[in-house]
Parts: sequence; structure tokens; C-alpha cells
Amino acid sequence: MTPLGISIAAALASLALLAIIFELIRRHRLRERYALLWLLAGIVLLVLSLWRSSVNTIAGWAGVRGYPPAVLFAVATLFILVVLLHYSTVVSKLSDQNVILAQRLALLEAKLRDSEG
Amino acid sequence: MAETATEVQPTPLEELKARRRVAIVPALNEEACIGRVVEEIRAFDSGFEIVVVDDGSADRTADVARAHGARVIRLPFNLGIGGAVQTGFRYAWENGFDLAVRVDGDGQHDPAELNAIIQPVLAGEADIAVGSRFAGGAGYRPSRSRRIGIRILAWTVSRLVRQRVTDTTSGFQALNRRGIQLFAADYPHDYPEVEATVMVHRHRLRLREVPVRMRERAGGRSSITALRSVYYMAKVLLALLVGIFRRNVVPLEDR
Repeated sequence: MTPLGISIAAALASLALLAIIFELIRRHRLRERYALLWLLAGIVLLVLSLWRSSVNTIAGWAGVRGYPPAVLFAVATLFILVVLLHYSTVVSKLSDQNVILAQRLALLEAKLRDSEG
Repeated sequence: MAETATEVQPTPLEELKARRRVAIVPALNEEACIGRVVEEIRAFDSGFEIVVVDDGSADRTADVARAHGARVIRLPFNLGIGGAVQTGFRYAWENGFDLAVRVDGDGQHDPAELNAIIQPVLAGEADIAVGSRFAGGAGYRPSRSRRIGIRILAWTVSRLVRQRVTDTTSGFQALNRRGIQLFAADYPHDYPEVEATVMVHRHRLRLREVPVRMRERAGGRSSITALRSVYYMAKVLLALLVGIFRRNVVPLEDR
């Protein structure tokens, strides 16, 4: 069982995270595509902090003995890895598009200069 | 304003001829259909400037559209339907058009139905008129899962805009200058019509649904697959939910 104080602090932090995500979407700073991912993460964190025996229970399912929070670290690390990988694909796509934009602009500029004589 | 019975009212046709009008046709890999769509729009009214927005097609969509006499705006890469359509609205706004219709490039929208969609806008009764497959006219029976999705969206949007809306994903639309201005300034990304309906309401523009028939796709394939629609559904509902809490809408009057 997680100590009550830690549980409350974790719940408050999760709620703060959810509020920040909500505000970012509201101000058009975060697209819904990413918002869904982060909302999901925030909700998982909130459930873990409110359901106080969750870490032990889930560690039990996974067959982890000795130090139950290790499960939490493993899942969190995996999640961060997947998010980073996703960002890498997004950055790759953006830089490809950037190249295309620069080329189109340069070609257009050349064409414009030619037609102006 | 008092009007006498003897006063000569402009006929709808004359009313239409008085407007600078543009047809915006978003298209992605529609080389098989796009020529026919362009010809049908011209057959409806040759006074429309037809602008095909090619959203990064890999086939000959742009060439075919150009060969049929359309003005083609080719996007350098795929922006998605929202980005493509907004390109058309920006074009319409910057070139001073005061009536715009949107007809999808896949042949689903029959330009012969444009007459009904344009009427409320021409008559000054609506800033944006949307052709609905469900507002009366029979003929369209979507699959069960799709029907449930359509119902959920229609119910949610109708509550939000306090007006019965039956077809929230219809892109078959007509807009006046104010509608063009709004969509040129701000337009949502994927499944844009749902959010756009709510946006229209928040800007106090008048929306009117008009019953129309739509055709089965003549060629190409829909960009919406089953698994994706669940994801889109979650995304759109989230966008709608957050949208309720947005107070600062784009101040159009200042632009």
C-alpha cells in the first residue's frame, strides 16, 4: 500500500498535468493528436495514485518480487521510449517537408526572376 | 423595408450571376473522377471559377484537372483534407470571391444538387449552407457502425450549436463572404466539418442544412478506414469538448 501522503501528492501532480494538457489544447498550442496520448498518460498516472494498492497488485501480476515499484519504472521507461521514437518519426517527416518547401521556393523564385527579365 | 408586389425581384439565376463565385474542389489521387467533377460543375454554371486543390496526389490528378480547364493549386505535400480545403478558402478570400461552394473531387457530390445548396446563401438566409444526406432525402444507408458514429456526432454537435444538425461530416457546402473569411482564417485539421460546424455557431454565423442526395464513390477509395474512424471519433469528441471552453474566438471584424 502506498503511504497516504505520497498518494495524495501523486494525485495532485497528475491532476495538475491533466489541467496543463487541457489548457494547452484550449490555447491551440497542442494538437488533438498529441493531446490524446498525453491525456491517456495523465489518466494512467491518476489511477495509479488513487488506487493505492495498484503498484503491488500489478507487480504481483507481473511476477515481480522484492521491489514492486520496479514495474512502474519499467512501464514508464517503455512509454518514454515509445514517445521519443514517435517524435523521431515526426521530426524526420518535418525535415523532409522542409526540404521540399525550400526547393519549391527556390524554383519559384528563379522562375519569377526569369519572367521579370 | 416595405416591398410592393409590383417591384421586380431578381430571379435566383440573376442573383447568382451577380456574385463572383468559385468552386473549391479538394482532390487526392482522383485522376479517374476529377475530370468529370470539373465538367459537371461547369455544366451546372459556367460562371464558377473552378479551383482544384491537389493535396499531394501521386497520380495525374493535377494534369487531368488542368486539361479540363480547372485552375489547379498543387500542394507540395499532403496536408490532409482540412489543410487542402482551407487553401481553397484562402484563395477565395484573397481573390475577392463572395460565393464559394465546396465539391469533393471523388465524385460523391453531384454538382446538379448545388442549386439547392446555394439558395439559402443567395437569399441571405444563411452564411453557410450544408448539403445533408439525412435531412429528408432518402437513399443513403451507411453501414451499422458508421451509422452509430454519425448519430453520436450529430447528437453532440446539435446540442453544442442548439440547432438540429443531421450530417456533421458533409463537405458539400456553399458559403458567402463571411463564411469564406472565417474558414480562410481558421479551419480544423482532420474531419474538419464537425469542428467547423461548432466554430460557425460560435462566430454567430447562420448555418442551414439542405437535404441532398450523394452518390457512391465513382472511383478511388475513401481515406477513412474502420480502425481510423474510432481514433478520429475520440479526437473529434475531444476537440469538441475542449472547444466548449474556448472563449476567445478569432476576432473577424478586426481583420
